[in-house]
Amino acid sequence: MTGDTWLILGGSSSVARAFAFEVALQGADVLLAGRDTEDLARTAADLTIRTGREARALEFDATAYDTHAQFVETCRGMAERLDIFLAFGIMPSQEETDRDFGLAKAMVETNYLGAVSILDRLAPVMEAQGRGHVVVLGSVAGDRGRLRNYLYGSTKAALHTYLEGLRARLYRSGVQVLTIKPGVLDTAMTWGLPRLPFPATPEVFARATLAHVKRGREIAYVPGIWRLIMLVIRSIPERFFKRTDI
Amino acid sequence: MIWKQLELTGWGRSSRAACRVARPERQRDAAAAVVQADERSVLAFGAGRSYADTGLNTGGAAVLTERLNRILAFDQTTGEIVVEPGVTFRDLLEVFLPRGFLVPVSPGTAYATIGGAVANDVHGKNHEAVGSFGHHVRWVELLLPSGDIVRASPEERPDLFAATIGGIGLTGILLAISFSMTRVPSNAVALREQRVRNLDAFLDALKNEGEKAHFSVGWIDALAGGRSLGRGILETAEPSNEEIAERRRKTHAVPMDCPGFLLNRWSVKAFNALYYRRFARRERRRRLAYGRFLYPLDALLDWNRLYGARGFHQFQCVVPFEAGALALRQLLDAVRAGRNASPLAVLKTLGAAGLGHLSFPMPGYTLAVDLPRKRGVEDLLAKLEAITLDHGGRIYLAKDSSLSAEGFARMYPKLEPFRAVLADIDPDGRMASDMARRLQIRDGS
Ligand SMILES: Cc1cc2nc3c(=O)[nH]c(=O)nc-3n(C[C@H](O)[C@H](O)[C@H](O)COP(=O)(O)OP(=O)(O)OC[C@H]3O[C@@H](n4cnc5c(N)ncnc54)[C@H](O)[C@@H]3O)c2cc1C
Repeated sequence: MTGDTWLILGGSSSVARAFAFEVALQGADVLLAGRDTEDLARTAADLTIRTGREARALEFDATAYDTHAQFVETCRGMAERLDIFLAFGIMPSQEETDRDFGLAKAMVETNYLGAVSILDRLAPVMEAQGRGHVVVLGSVAGDRGRLRNYLYGSTKAALHTYLEGLRARLYRSGVQVLTIKPGVLDTAMTWGLPRLPFPATPEVFARATLAHVKRGREIAYVPGIWRLIMLVIRSIPERFFKRTDI
Repeated sequence: MIWKQLELTGWGRSSRAACRVARPERQRDAAAAVVQADERSVLAFGAGRSYADTGLNTGGAAVLTERLNRILAFDQTTGEIVVEPGVTFRDLLEVFLPRGFLVPVSPGTAYATIGGAVANDVHGKNHEAVGSFGHHVRWVELLLPSGDIVRASPEERPDLFAATIGGIGLTGILLAISFSMTRVPSNAVALREQRVRNLDAFLDALKNEGEKAHFSVGWIDALAGGRSLGRGILETAEPSNEEIAERRRKTHAVPMDCPGFLLNRWSVKAFNALYYRRFARRERRRRLAYGRFLYPLDALLDWNRLYGARGFHQFQCVVPFEAGALALRQLLDAVRAGRNASPLAVLKTLGAAGLGHLSFPMPGYTLAVDLPRKRGVEDLLAKLEAITLDHGGRIYLAKDSSLSAEGFARMYPKLEPFRAVLADIDPDGRMASDMARRLQIRDGS
């Protein structure tokens, strides 16, 4: 693959698919990485047929940390220049993780450790490249610990802090690090939940995210209204916030 | 698989169903949904463009296919394509028309899915020339109620194939469909529109010109009576050799349910009269992009809301050519007598019968009318059913909301072989729909 190639980590989700489609439309090739390579191959075929860009599926497991170095080598061998969209993450409910530490551990390992492991190994590649974009899927849940969802939120909060540092590091090499904080997305993750406010489709999310990439932003909320909502939520004193059950 | 309790509706918005709904994003999850639905019955739901209860399953489980929408393979030389079921006609128009390929058969809306097109064996304005959708299907991959995934084609498990084409979702969930796209010389048709005075003239024109044309469709003023009964506009078209510049098509949304009284006898009469005279001379010729020609109603998103919150019915039947004039006259008279303000009705011809056991098409004239849901509409629908039966005709399941089980059995002579396939692949009745229950498709003698 020559020219720009987006590496999509966790390529099976609907937001990852929509984002991959959007960048391919803009002329980039795509590497779709994840565990379900059969599914990824279908997405790759779809992307190529619709956009004419090259797309390939690659096996990647966020928690198989010791495979990550080799994985990065493989990607480097396939693409001349990389941009990265990290889209993996799991969100079991708070009740489930309360009952089952195994699930809690898996979530921390996937959402945080998995991201750290792969981004640490990709960082030198991006530095050497001296340009490019690293887009990471955060969450508004990471902005404040809430009764309903605090373990998930804490994995995203940790990730946000990590990305602040990574941003400073890669800034020195001309690489953008964008933390994208979706509010409510209409995806498989939120399908079973009761009606949520301002849901965005994966397509809307993908277009907005790419616009933030182009503007060189550091942190962005999608849809934008969530910046305001979270401003309000963050400003509630803990003394009162602890009584709420949002 | 994650489930959510939702109310789904048919396009006419007069049929509704509360059910548990899953929206898988990959094949594996679709399979899991069928297995996990437990004791509940299951049914696939495409874009919800069937008018009534074809795609509804009250109290059961629904599997939305909208996110299974990838194009899996395309051969530029032969036009052979493989798609997931949630791919829409709109997707295919956008991706392939610029490359010189068109879906072989299109319904009147591009929002319908390919899964839905197979399950209703849909027909288009070119039915006499190319048949219905099922004629173009090479094979389907089907998730059976047992959870097994099998392939069916005219050669491989032909009986299952025949039950699945037009099988209104009752044989399982389609996971992939392979068919052939048609090469077209440009992005447009050469269209000829002519005003036709009355029914006899219309049927003549359909026979003489419609039969020769690649595409033909008639719009008639269902409110005109007397000497003008059946007056309307006949559109005939051929693929054009010349490209036309196509601006991105604007769509307008209907933002809310219109109050029901907006569509009354007088407003509709005025609208129909205007439509009938929408061009000055008796005839007009122009070139029109495929999207506008094939899917004229799509310019208005959610136009079903024009009928108000109570919704509407659509009646569509086909009557054999021999019965033609008399049957159509009786049907149109009944609609007029029902004083049920119905805007434009569609009249066109159908050619060869479909390949499916429950395929709708057969040679004859087909008439479709919208009927707002008002007092007396049930009686009117029953009357239309009786007239259709009298003339050896058949009612289209994709549109139907009121057909009786006896009427259905008489109209669809291959019901028995269809039942035999269901008994074989789905002995426990895992797949079900409100329509299947209403028409007693599964049980019966
Ligand atoms: C404006 C308009 C114009 C129309 N014009 C025409 C026309 O010209 N000719 C014509 O033939 N029809 C026409 N129709 C009807 C329409 O084409 C059919 O109802 C079609 O089946 C709708 O597809 P859908 O994706 O909305 O399916 P749905 O309505 O959601 O479902 C229809 C049936 O297909 C089944 N189904 C859907 N997906 C699958 C799957 N993956 N596997 C198995 N079963 C599945 C459902 O269970 C259901 O039984 C028109 C409809 C509208 C609203």
